[in-house]
Amino acid sequence: MAKLNLNREEMPRQEPKVRAKNFNEVALGYSPEQALAEASRCIQCPKRPCTGGCPVSVDIPEFVKALRENNMPEAVRALKRKNALPGICGRVCPQETQCESVCTLEKKGAPVAVGRLERYVADWERVNPEAAERPTIQPPSGRKVAVVGSGPASLTAAADLAKAGHSVTMFEALHVAGGVLVYGIPEFRLPKEIVRNEVNYVTSLGVELKLDAVIGRIDTVDELLANSFDAVFLGTGAGLPMFLGVPGENLGGIYSANEFLTRTNLMKAYQFPKYGTPIRVGKNVAVIGAGNVAMDSARCALRLGAEKVYIVYRRSKAEMPARHEEVENAEEEGIIFKFLTNPIKFTGDERGNVKTMECVEMELGEPDASGRRRPVTKAGSNFVMDVDTVVVALGTTPNPLIASTTEGLKTTSHGTVVADEATGQTAKPRVWAGGDAVTGAATVISAMGAGKRAAASIDAYLKTLP
Amino acid sequence: MYKILQRQDLVPNVHLFKIEAPAVARKCQAGQFIIVRVDEAGERIPLTIADWDKEEGSVTMVFMEVGATTRDLARLGAGDSVADFVGPLGLPTHADKFGTVVCVAGGVGVAVITPVARAMKQKGNKVISILGARNKDLIFWENELRAASDKLIVTTDDGTYGRKALVTEPLKELLQGEEKIDRVIAIGPTNMMKFSALTSKPFGVKTIVSLNPIMVDGTGMCGCCRVSVGGQTKFACVDGPDFDGHQVDWDLLLNRQRVYLDEEKRSVEHWQKAHAH
Repeated sequence: MAKLNLNREEMPRQEPKVRAKNFNEVALGYSPEQALAEASRCIQCPKRPCTGGCPVSVDIPEFVKALRENNMPEAVRALKRKNALPGICGRVCPQETQCESVCTLEKKGAPVAVGRLERYVADWERVNPEAAERPTIQPPSGRKVAVVGSGPASLTAAADLAKAGHSVTMFEALHVAGGVLVYGIPEFRLPKEIVRNEVNYVTSLGVELKLDAVIGRIDTVDELLANSFDAVFLGTGAGLPMFLGVPGENLGGIYSANEFLTRTNLMKAYQFPKYGTPIRVGKNVAVIGAGNVAMDSARCALRLGAEKVYIVYRRSKAEMPARHEEVENAEEEGIIFKFLTNPIKFTGDERGNVKTMECVEMELGEPDASGRRRPVTKAGSNFVMDVDTVVVALGTTPNPLIASTTEGLKTTSHGTVVADEATGQTAKPRVWAGGDAVTGAATVISAMGAGKRAAASIDAYLKTLP
Repeated sequence: MYKILQRQDLVPNVHLFKIEAPAVARKCQAGQFIIVRVDEAGERIPLTIADWDKEEGSVTMVFMEVGATTRDLARLGAGDSVADFVGPLGLPTHADKFGTVVCVAGGVGVAVITPVARAMKQKGNKVISILGARNKDLIFWENELRAASDKLIVTTDDGTYGRKALVTEPLKELLQGEEKIDRVIAIGPTNMMKFSALTSKPFGVKTIVSLNPIMVDGTGMCGCCRVSVGGQTKFACVDGPDFDGHQVDWDLLLNRQRVYLDEEKRSVEHWQKAHAH
C-alpha cells in the first residue's frame, strides 16, 4: 500500500496582484486529477468523525469514496442527501473548525480537504446537470408552509419541506433570493452564478419564490397564519447594522458594511455607471472590525480602486474572528492590519465627507464574559489617520420588523428570536425560526443546520394534523 | 415585473404612474413609500406613495426627472413594466385629531401631502393647506389638494399664479394669526422643509416633516438613510420617513444628500450617451 500523503492538494488561486484588481473568483477549484488525488487521501475510517463535525451531517466518507471511484453521479447523490447547497458550503464554510477539524488525519498531518472536494462535486454537477438524479419528492400533503427570508436557513428549510411533499412559499424582501449569499459575500469568494444555480435547484423542487415581499409590511406573520398557511418558518437573518456611536459617524463616506457590500455585490456598483448604483471609494479606506465581513469589505475596497486599505481592530491578531484563509488572502492582496486600535472620532471636510479618523491605542486586559481578553484604552495614545472612506463592520443584529409586527413572538434583549435549539420552535404556536434570526450573526452552515432541524420539526407537526 | 397601468404627464418633467401591485395596495397608508427598480441594471430609488386603490390593486406615485434613473422611468408608459416595486415601506404618518393642521407642500410634495391631508381630515381636523411652486407652470393637483382641505393657499416664487411668496410666508401668518394651529406638516424639497420647521419653531407648534435621504434597501439593513433627530441616529426608512422637524439635523441631511453628486453627473452623461438619437 502506498504511503499516505500527509499534505493536502493545494487549490490553484489567482495571483494576488492580478486578483486584487478584479471581482473574479480567487480560488479556481481542483482539476479532476487534483480532486482524485485529494479524495484518495481519505482513509474511510469507520468512526467518520467528519460527518459529526458537519452541522448538517453530510455523508462525507460516502461522497469522497464515490469521487475516488470516479462515480460522479453517486458523489452528487451522496452529497445532496443532506446538503441542498453544496456549491456554497464548499466555498464559504469554515471547515477548519468543523468537518476538517475532526478528520482523523488532522492528528498526523493535514486533514482531508473536505470543503474543496465538496466544491468540486457541486461544480461538476453544475456543468453536468443531466447527470443529476431528481430527488424523490413525497406526494402532496396538502399542507402549506410560509418561509420568510431566502438566505441559507430558509433555502435549506424550504428544500427539505418541499421534498417532504408540502407546498412551500418563500418570501424575500429584496429583488434577488439568497440573503447574505447575494448581498454580503462578494463575487470573488462566492460567484453569484453559483447562488442563482442553488436557488434554482430549490425552486425546481416546487418552492414558490415571491421577491420584493417584505413580510410585516405586506402580510404580517399573523396574517400568513390566518390566510391558509399551516406553519411559518422565520429565516430573516440578522441584517441590522451596528455602528460605533462616536462623533462624526454620519459624515459622508462612512458606510455600514451592509451598505458597502450591498451596493457592491447586490447592486454591482463596481460596474457603475453601466449599473445604476454608485459607490464612493477614496484613496485611504479604513475598515473597522476583523470578522469575515470586514475582510470582504476591505478586499472589495481594494478592487474598487483604493490605494491603501486598513483593517482597524481593537484587539490583536489572535482574537480576529475572520477565517484564517480569508485573512491570508487579504494579507497577500496588500490589506494593512492595524491591531489594538480603536476609532473614537471622525472629522469631515467642507463638503461633509469624512477626512480624518482619530484613534486610540489599546492593550489587552482580563478576559471578558466571551472569554476574549478585554481591550483597554492606553491613556494619551491618541493619533489621527487620514481617511476618505470608512466601512463599519462591527456586526449585525436582527431587524426588529418581524418581532414588532408579530403577536406573541418572544425575543431576547439582543433582538434575536427565542427558539428551541433542537427543533426551532418559537414561543408562538405554528411558528419556527432558525439561522442568524435566532443566534445573531453566525455562519452559513449553522444557519443551514437550523433550517434542517426546523424543517424536520415542521414536517412532524404537519403530519399530526388531521 | 410590475405593470404600469396609467401614465399621466402632470407638468414638465413630472409624471404620474399608476402601477399594478395588489399586495402593496392592500396595505398602503398615507406617508409610506415604495422602492422602485426600473430594470436589471437599475438602482433602487424611494418614491413616496401618492395614491392607492385596494379594489383595483394599484399604487400611484409621482416623480420628477432629476437624474438617470428617473429619466429611465420617464421613458416608460402604460403597458410597460418596472422590474421591482417594493412596499409599502416606512411608518405611516401619525393621524389623530389634533385640531387645526396646516399642510405645507413644496413642488412634487403636493402629491405626497394630498393623502396625508385627506387622512387628517378624516380624523376630524380642520386642514389648511399651502401649495408652493416656483411658477404657474409647475403647479399640479391644486384641485385634489383643495378637495382634501378646508382651505387652500397657493403661492409661486415669481407671482405668476396665486400669491407671490415662499410657502413660509403664509405659514408664518397663520401661526401669528388668531386661530390656534395645532400641527404643521411640511413635505417637499429639503430646504423648504427645513425653513418651514424654522418658521414654526418659535411658535412651539409641532411640525412633522417627511425626510428624503438617499436609500438603498429601504428595509433597515444598511443605514444609508440615517439621519440625526434630537441628537440620535435614526434610519429614515424604518423609523420614519416622518420626524419632528424641530429635532432634525438639517445640515447633516443636506450633506448626506450630496455625497454622490459627482457620480450622479457621470450617470447622467452615461445615460445621455446611451440614449443619443
